[in-house]
Amino acid sequence: MNSVLETCSVDCHPASVPDYTPLEELRALQLLRLQTVVTRAWQHVQLFRERMNERGLKPEDIRSLGDIALLPFTVKSDLRDTYPFGLFASPMKDVVRLHASSGTTGKPIVVAYTQEDVDVWTSVVARALAGCGLHRGDIVQIAYGYGLFTGGLGAHYGAEELGATVVPTSGGQADRQIMLMKDFGVTAMCCTPTYFLHLIDRAAELGVDMKNLPLRAGVFGAEPWTESMRKHIETKSSIEAFDIYGLSEIIGPGVGCECRRHNGLHIFEDHFYPEIVDPETGDPLPDGSEGELVLTTLSKQAMPMIRYRTRDITTIVPGKCECGRTLRRIARIGRRSDDMLIIRGVNVFPSQVESALLQIEGTLPHYQILLTREQGLDQMEVRVEVTPHMFNDKIGALQELHTRLQGALDRVLGIRVRVSLVEAFSIERSEGKAKRVIDRRTS
Amino acid sequence: MKIQQISLFAENKPGHIAAPARLLAQGGIDIRSLYLADTQQYGILRMIVSDWQKAAEILETNGFVAKTTEVLAVEVPDRPGGLAEVLGALEGTGINIEYMYAFPVRGDEAILIFRFADPDAAIGLLQTAGVNLLASEELLKR
Repeated sequence: MNSVLETCSVDCHPASVPDYTPLEELRALQLLRLQTVVTRAWQHVQLFRERMNERGLKPEDIRSLGDIALLPFTVKSDLRDTYPFGLFASPMKDVVRLHASSGTTGKPIVVAYTQEDVDVWTSVVARALAGCGLHRGDIVQIAYGYGLFTGGLGAHYGAEELGATVVPTSGGQADRQIMLMKDFGVTAMCCTPTYFLHLIDRAAELGVDMKNLPLRAGVFGAEPWTESMRKHIETKSSIEAFDIYGLSEIIGPGVGCECRRHNGLHIFEDHFYPEIVDPETGDPLPDGSEGELVLTTLSKQAMPMIRYRTRDITTIVPGKCECGRTLRRIARIGRRSDDMLIIRGVNVFPSQVESALLQIEGTLPHYQILLTREQGLDQMEVRVEVTPHMFNDKIGALQELHTRLQGALDRVLGIRVRVSLVEAFSIERSEGKAKRVIDRRTS
Repeated sequence: MKIQQISLFAENKPGHIAAPARLLAQGGIDIRSLYLADTQQYGILRMIVSDWQKAAEILETNGFVAKTTEVLAVEVPDRPGGLAEVLGALEGTGINIEYMYAFPVRGDEAILIFRFADPDAAIGLLQTAGVNLLASEELLKR
């Protein structure tokens, strides 16, 4: 093993071998796995079977990879509607792990893993980290949240599989994160890009120059970020910054990741089959066109996802990557086809804000969500127009209303937001409708 | 005895009081008293005006959130102890003052404006104590 590491470039890490599967072999494997997973879902998931029946489809109708377009889509609300276990294809005795993410109506979305699923997840994260040039001997600090969120544990298992030394700090406590980075000689960091920006600023305040630390790589994900943010991070900290992509519904982090060429994110296609579709019509689009990313889990046991609509807008980067991987790449995710916002890594829908306001007032006042970035951290402000119904000429009553709104929003969204009471008609309207979200997060 | 006071919600930002003031001026409304209760973020502008119905209509048609509240106006001599005497009449009665403000008028008098949770009970007590409660038209003449 050591000789391999010494003589090969980082892209030749043993964990990365499947990344270089010859195309013909990869497509044959994908077809076989697609047929198997469709059969599995058909046998064990009622919703999928019903949708296949509506189309007059049987698993054996899938004869080529192109036939995937015949299959029905799965959408986020399917997971909610079947909460908690309705889409499971394995009995609970075979499920070794459950994760959950926030939902729009208070109920979370539940995902399940068999031991085999955990092993696949571990292997794809290991391949992602290997592609970032990490290996045994690296000290990897994981500052994604551990728990029901897939980020922390997903990154953790993958980094251990790689043979790296894992420092599982989870999120929060910036000063301690910086102290450990320094004292342990951490060489790689896994967290959200905005959290790392915050750590850079905090380190400077503490008199720690990130450029002088052994830290050389950052694997950042769980929220969209930009090239200018990458430049900023790399300049301020002298590290190489990588974009990693994933979503709990598919497996968690490790669906795709950049290699050292930084020209798109390789999808681990032997496990996750990517398609780009027109977000309006659902029609498949050729590689190179921009559209919604649709993913099918090719090997998932506990919870197969067939043609899952990610709502993430991207393109499949045409052509082969200079790194030699045969895996197709997607461009960085820049936006979504629905109105979901990602704030400090947490998914937030404007409809959640509405439901919180409705809870308090019984009627929906005009409101606006204002997103900014302060010291590298996303800030969310909810501006609420004071209606005659809400108004009271006692300061105490208005402050009490303010506190109740704040409490309801914090509870429903699961993140701290700032609430502002503003004058009636002060939120600009176009065609009578208030613009619900203003996103001023640049950089 | 009860006086209609108009309250207006205003954000605590430069210029946010100018607009309603201008509208009332254009409508020929005289602002007899004005008091701003504020927090860091927003304030409540409380006004007693020459024609409250017209003022409320002007503000509402122009998109302001306004509310009318019943308050009491008390005239006291503008000298040490003037306020204390009125408050003394309420002491120990369980009558709660939700808020109050005061302004001097011509001569040696001051006017106190009170909002009570139960204005009718307060009127009874104040009148018994011989406090000079002003009716709306009296206040506007001061």
